[in-house]
Amino acid sequence: MTAYSKLSVTEGSLNESLAALFKSMLEKNVVDAVLVPAHQRPKGVMQTLITEPGGLVQIDPFAPVVPVSTATLVSKLTNVPSGRPLAVVMRSCEVRALLELVKLKQASVEDLVLIGIDCLGRYENADYMKLEQNGSTSKAFLEAARDGMGAKSADEPHVATACKICEYPVSDNVDIRLCVIGCEPNEVFIEWVSDKGEEARKALGIDVQEAPSGRKEAVEKIKKTRIAERDKVFADIHERVNSLEKLRDYLAGCVNCYNCRVACPVCYCKECVFVTDTFRHPGDRYVSWADKRGSLKMPTESLLYHLTRMTHMSTLCVGCGQCTSACPNNIELSQLFRAVAQKTQARFDYHPGRSLDEPQPLAVFYAEELVEVTGQVK
Amino acid sequence: MNDTFEPTIVAFLCNWCTFTAADLAGTSRLSYPQNVKIVRMMCSGMVDPVYVLKAFLEGADGVYVGGCWPGDCHYINGNLKARRRAALLTEILKQFGIEEDRFWLRWVAASDGIMFQEHSKEMTEKLRALGPSPLSVDRTIA
Repeated sequence: MTAYSKLSVTEGSLNESLAALFKSMLEKNVVDAVLVPAHQRPKGVMQTLITEPGGLVQIDPFAPVVPVSTATLVSKLTNVPSGRPLAVVMRSCEVRALLELVKLKQASVEDLVLIGIDCLGRYENADYMKLEQNGSTSKAFLEAARDGMGAKSADEPHVATACKICEYPVSDNVDIRLCVIGCEPNEVFIEWVSDKGEEARKALGIDVQEAPSGRKEAVEKIKKTRIAERDKVFADIHERVNSLEKLRDYLAGCVNCYNCRVACPVCYCKECVFVTDTFRHPGDRYVSWADKRGSLKMPTESLLYHLTRMTHMSTLCVGCGQCTSACPNNIELSQLFRAVAQKTQARFDYHPGRSLDEPQPLAVFYAEELVEVTGQVK
Repeated sequence: MNDTFEPTIVAFLCNWCTFTAADLAGTSRLSYPQNVKIVRMMCSGMVDPVYVLKAFLEGADGVYVGGCWPGDCHYINGNLKARRRAALLTEILKQFGIEEDRFWLRWVAASDGIMFQEHSKEMTEKLRALGPSPLSVDRTIA
């Protein structure tokens, strides 16, 4: 049983209460900086690395938007470690992606205090910007979304599909959790999860209180709803995209911008083969391809690109939905990749982001395994 | 259709074993189907999944990867890496209607020309029965 403390939130001051917590972390030297979503001028919310308590005025950790996966940002911060303790506020998908990057030696959690927030979903960027301009607050979002999916009415934007089918509303493998699910409105509970978290609690001098009573059930309820939704989406994709022609049709809008791999937190190659000379063909090759079948869609090799990405990252896919958000032509990539990932991850019994001790499927191999692949026995 | 259909099989063969076996099949005058088009690789472990995908997208009806038996790899464990990737690729291809019979990874020792001949015949037969790949361009073997 981990310890909980209540962060009381009076009317309208969710962010002020959270700012006070982070301020205390900075002032008591628990960390040197906090990476936390904050409002930007003139609009939007982005992760912001804050070292001076004064900068905390603009923070909005529960703002339902993720313009860039925080895992990608933490990789930048820790690829070459700063050597300074940092607190980072992340959602479950971001924490899971970060752990995969740690296994790939592209990030480190050594100097970090990971603060996981309960995630009730996020909007697409453009939708969030509109809501923000209309004065919508995170507190209102949480109140409406606390029990379910976040969409309040049919004509309002819905949270991203990736979030509707995400079975991880709560972050695992974090040091501290900011809990809203199963808590009363106007309540945020701080859960001190790890030893590092407990140390922070002591340094901050915060007392332990009783755990929010309805939390476990409320989390399970959300998980159940989302898993049901997820399985529906998977079944639909497996049926709808069951041939290469159908895959080509599904991806018909692809213009080879490669935004999906830039946005993908676990697309790990430092240089993508699709932007190298390998795919810069001489003109006569295009014409000879056209000759072969009588016509050639350009740009070429969109299907090869997406299939290659599946071989590279599907075993690591955390279902964050950034690929869909990044697509300029509204291709529902996230559902497709998650449906593929479901099969490839199952083949290796792999759960990305579950544990740093589980090696990635393509990073290990054993003499005695997968005999069924060749079906040959000496 | 199946009476005249001749599948194209792209075979990525390890230089040290399956390719040598194919060579041995030739020098031993063991004939195998002309459907098999060989690409000589230095190791089954360097057959990037993208090569296999490209072969299918270019209209290959089947892809065969030949490597050394576990324990015999010239580079110690390239074949074991190939096996992991093959398992992964099979999962992906299956979802898009590329049947498991169209993508083979097999171990063939350098001395086993007969086995290479058998695999070639067996895969060709299976693909004749299965019919052309959905992406196959209409063509016969010259």
